[in-house]
Amino acid sequence: MSEYIIETIGRGIIETLQMTFFASLLAYAAGLPLGILLYTTAKGRILANRPVNLVLGFIVNIMRSLPFLILLVLLIPFTRFLTGSSIGTTASVVPLTVGAIPIVARMVESSLSEVPDGIIEAAESMGASPLFIILHFILPEATPSLVFGAAINIATVLGYSAMAGVIGGGGLGAIALQYGYYRYQKDVLFTTVSILVVMVMLIQESGSLITRKIRK
Amino acid sequence: MEVFRLEHVEKTYKNEGREFQALKDISLSINEGEIFGIIGMSGAGKSTLVRTLNRLEKVTGGSVSFYGRDLAGLSLPEIRKVRRQIAMIFQNFNLLEQRNVESNVMQPLRIAGVPKDMGRRKALEMLEVVGLTDKKNEYPARLSGGQRQRVAIARALAADPKVLLCDEATSALDPKMTGEILDLLKEINRKRKLTIVIITHEMSVVEKICDRVAIIDDGKLAEIGEVREIFRNPRSEAASKLVLPGNPFDPSGRDSRLIRLVFDGTAAGRPFIAELVEQTGKKVNILSANTKSVGGIGYGQMVLELPKGEADQELIISFFRERGLSVQEVTRRE
Repeated sequence: MSEYIIETIGRGIIETLQMTFFASLLAYAAGLPLGILLYTTAKGRILANRPVNLVLGFIVNIMRSLPFLILLVLLIPFTRFLTGSSIGTTASVVPLTVGAIPIVARMVESSLSEVPDGIIEAAESMGASPLFIILHFILPEATPSLVFGAAINIATVLGYSAMAGVIGGGGLGAIALQYGYYRYQKDVLFTTVSILVVMVMLIQESGSLITRKIRK
Repeated sequence: MEVFRLEHVEKTYKNEGREFQALKDISLSINEGEIFGIIGMSGAGKSTLVRTLNRLEKVTGGSVSFYGRDLAGLSLPEIRKVRRQIAMIFQNFNLLEQRNVESNVMQPLRIAGVPKDMGRRKALEMLEVVGLTDKKNEYPARLSGGQRQRVAIARALAADPKVLLCDEATSALDPKMTGEILDLLKEINRKRKLTIVIITHEMSVVEKICDRVAIIDDGKLAEIGEVREIFRNPRSEAASKLVLPGNPFDPSGRDSRLIRLVFDGTAAGRPFIAELVEQTGKKVNILSANTKSVGGIGYGQMVLELPKGEADQELIISFFRERGLSVQEVTRRE
């Protein structure tokens, strides 16, 4: 591989990390509250509200059922409106975030559902308000599970970021596509894919490790 | 002083068009400073009943009042304030697994807005009451069931409640730990003048520490009264079933009858069987006998087989009744 390719791959790694980091961060900023709402408004939960739960659940399901590649294309106008461009690393963060929000929300909902009902009943018997129960009972109890879920979600976003290369996003995915697919440079394809695999494994393993560390 | 007053309490669950009545016309009151037991078989409605006391369950009929205030009329912020005075402990302890012991105990104080350093002091004080100061930095997963329940009790006491509700608090514990937890509750009741309501399906728990007991059967109040009185003379079938062990004996002949005598500490010192033989010349056959201690007083019971002859049988029964023993017929006929 030429020096130029190696340099390109190096830049690709950084771009992939940037996309994954910012998209995950933004997806959690929106997905965590959304997941909490999905959980708390469900039947029998502390803020049970059937209409709200149905509407949110419906939106999340629709967003989740769209294949990510289709979402990428559908979001081009929206991306251009937000970032002024539809290609490049920054632009890729938009569809990545939008695609990850419903996944994050469902993962959060599922983690919170693992908290035993008895703990919530105990909190209610102490006279805690719903907000207090969420912040001081449910979230702390669900933290190990949330961290584990986060590792899975970040790895998913990383995988999606490679797909963003198809519509002109940056990162390793774009390199694999351009050099490996269009130009038949198998060594570049192999290298970039290997790097992606290693990155996913690192994210997953550190997630598992942290979860084990903090679970009491 | 009445802490709780329940009047004609009803609770009906509606689930997909089907109705289930968990509580039926229950009226009772619980007095300040007493240990009040609520006993019943599983599914009798006792867990629902205790949850009406802090409005974790809303009643669908009748009323529950706490120090004269009807709980149904309170707004959400008001009921939360009331709940802070009504602590609760559970069968499964319900401690936060991801928080250490001290932090668990501080939880009600955080809710009440007590500053952190004051909360810490208070938590330590409560852990002293339950004898777990050395475990304050441990996580619940590393404690035994008995220790976990002690932490739960410390947590319950932290915000100085007026009442402690115990929902099957000893049902997940072995007999030795159960004994220790009950001793601790009794001590807290005496030292802190704390009213305690105990839900259980075990008569041994009621025997050991309750002053009064309500027997719940199929959602209804079967009987209520002083524990001693109910032991001496259970009037309802539900109470008899709980208080008296089943009688496994059949009469030996068609004409003989079985009776059960129950006597308390005051009569336990008298040799009344010997007196019966001496004074009437009638003989009875003792099929079983045992004694137990209820609220510090010895209670005995005996199953006797009476000889044939109705006149003799009536004579023997009235002999015992005249001496203040409670007599019940327990003859089973196929």
